[in-house]
Amino acid sequence: MTSTRSATLFALALLAPALIYILTIVAYPLVDTFILSFTNAALRPDYDWVGWANYQRIFTAGNFTEVIIRTFIWTLLSVGMKMIIGMCGAVLLNAAIPGQALFRILTMPPWVVPMAIGIYMWSWMYNGQFGMISGLLQNFGFISRPVAWLAYGDTAFWATIVTDVWIGVPMVTIYFLAAMQSIPRDLHEAAWTDGAGRFYRFRRITLPLMVPAVLTMSLLSLISTFNSFDIIWILTQGGPSGSTTTMIIDTYKTAIGSRKYGEGAARAVVICIFVLTFCFVYFRAVRKLSQGEAK
Amino acid sequence: MSDVARTTEVAAADSPAIVKPKRRVRASKPMIDRYRWFEILGLYAGLLVFLFFVLSPFIEGFMVSLKPLAQLFSTPYSFIPKRASFDAYFQMWQSVPMLGLYIFNSFFISTVVTLIVIAVVVPAAYAFARFQFAGAGLMLGAFLAVNMFSGAVLLIPLFRLMRSMGLLNTYWAMIVPGAAFLIPSSIWLLRTYLIRIPKELDEAAWVDGASRLYTLRRVILPLAMPGIVVVAIMTFIGAYAQQFIFALTFNSKSEFMPLPIGLFAFFGKQEVVWNELMAASFVGVLPVMIVIVFLQRYLVAGLTAGAVKQ
Repeated sequence: MTSTRSATLFALALLAPALIYILTIVAYPLVDTFILSFTNAALRPDYDWVGWANYQRIFTAGNFTEVIIRTFIWTLLSVGMKMIIGMCGAVLLNAAIPGQALFRILTMPPWVVPMAIGIYMWSWMYNGQFGMISGLLQNFGFISRPVAWLAYGDTAFWATIVTDVWIGVPMVTIYFLAAMQSIPRDLHEAAWTDGAGRFYRFRRITLPLMVPAVLTMSLLSLISTFNSFDIIWILTQGGPSGSTTTMIIDTYKTAIGSRKYGEGAARAVVICIFVLTFCFVYFRAVRKLSQGEAK
Repeated sequence: MSDVARTTEVAAADSPAIVKPKRRVRASKPMIDRYRWFEILGLYAGLLVFLFFVLSPFIEGFMVSLKPLAQLFSTPYSFIPKRASFDAYFQMWQSVPMLGLYIFNSFFISTVVTLIVIAVVVPAAYAFARFQFAGAGLMLGAFLAVNMFSGAVLLIPLFRLMRSMGLLNTYWAMIVPGAAFLIPSSIWLLRTYLIRIPKELDEAAWVDGASRLYTLRRVILPLAMPGIVVVAIMTFIGAYAQQFIFALTFNSKSEFMPLPIGLFAFFGKQEVVWNELMAASFVGVLPVMIVIVFLQRYLVAGLTAGAVKQ
């Protein structure tokens, strides 16, 4: 079609609703966060400009660095487990065996059920006295006394990770499965003709060709895991004694819990900076990867 | 992404242009797909472990909903209920009088979010798919950047914004921000569908004197319907599955609460009535679950088209 001025105007008119919507509901709050982070805004309507004071406070007083480190460990463990379990799941679901279609459907519930409801179920399973995990482990003799998983720092940390993995796995699995199916069958057939075994073919054909899919999914799940709020909030509210307080929980507590909007905004800005860094690193990696392929 | 979709029978089914390949007859299963008995055993064992991980909360949740409270709070633990009863499914309507409303609210909020997203996204995706204008790439990138920020990060200014717009404690406080964070990926997804529709169709309509808007409405929209359906389902699921933080922070009126928040109130009570909570959860999500079983191929199509390869 002609790329005249009227076409451009028409395109912009089509874009306008989406653009205005996003500018109002996402871009404006984003700018507002940056501005607020330099003020002492709180519940009262008027507030003053305080410069870098908020940033100084969060980095000097308190345990913000500890929270950052914890967030990174939590995120990396969770994303790593999602990738590994997702890959295993995709391999299993990709096998041409009876029941395949049913198994694929059965993988989806954690993804499509309201997250919060899945988390309620987990919070019962983690119950020490009467919950399933402690109960079954006792029945099978792995532990001798009930363990209240959410009551101790270490176990609560892992428990929130496991639940996060549980919610993320279906999406990763289905995505990896699709990527696996897009690998040309000829490659496998040729290798098979040459006598390559299943495991060898997986290592030398499937895995290398899955690298882009794994990278993409890693980034997507890195961002969503980094921002994960519901799971920790429902299970532990960041406790016990801060052992599951990630940056997002910390920000929520500061801003909404203690009504320190200005300081909360400063913490939110730090989150944004980290997320932007991830994306930057990711795009560098993708570019390097595609250059490598071009050679 | 078309080559990806074509190999997936799931994705192929949604686009009428591609003929669905006939299912392979089992008897002539190719040699490469044949497994030794121990491989079959290993695969099923692996699937059992995997599906146990994925489904155990639901199985356990269902068992809990069948157990009377006295049995629930007793040791030693038994997975199978000793005296199974569906009492919790009847009592919950008394303990949570507004349960029906919560279920409706969840559904209603997700539906309105979906309608808004579709209304906004269809023209925008068409613009990105068809027109080359200055800054198009940049703008698309900017839209996608929205995905990086979760609602939780922007909660403070969003709260102030909702307050100044007077939307706090209304349905809109959950709908408006909910839709915003679903728009970008929906644009991306629908754009990949629209690109597949041949440009010649637009041009033919143009030559015949159809206006641009008419072309979009009468030529493109009908052809894009399968794609729009996928986007709508993905959006609905996104809106439905992620109802929590906005509803928790921006609304305190129980008559507007969606299911997850309505049930969160269970935790406020002195003793959590777990069997009823589980029963209410199951009844609450059942309608959507049934629909999803029938629509699951669209979900797979949506997930893979949106991301795999551009």
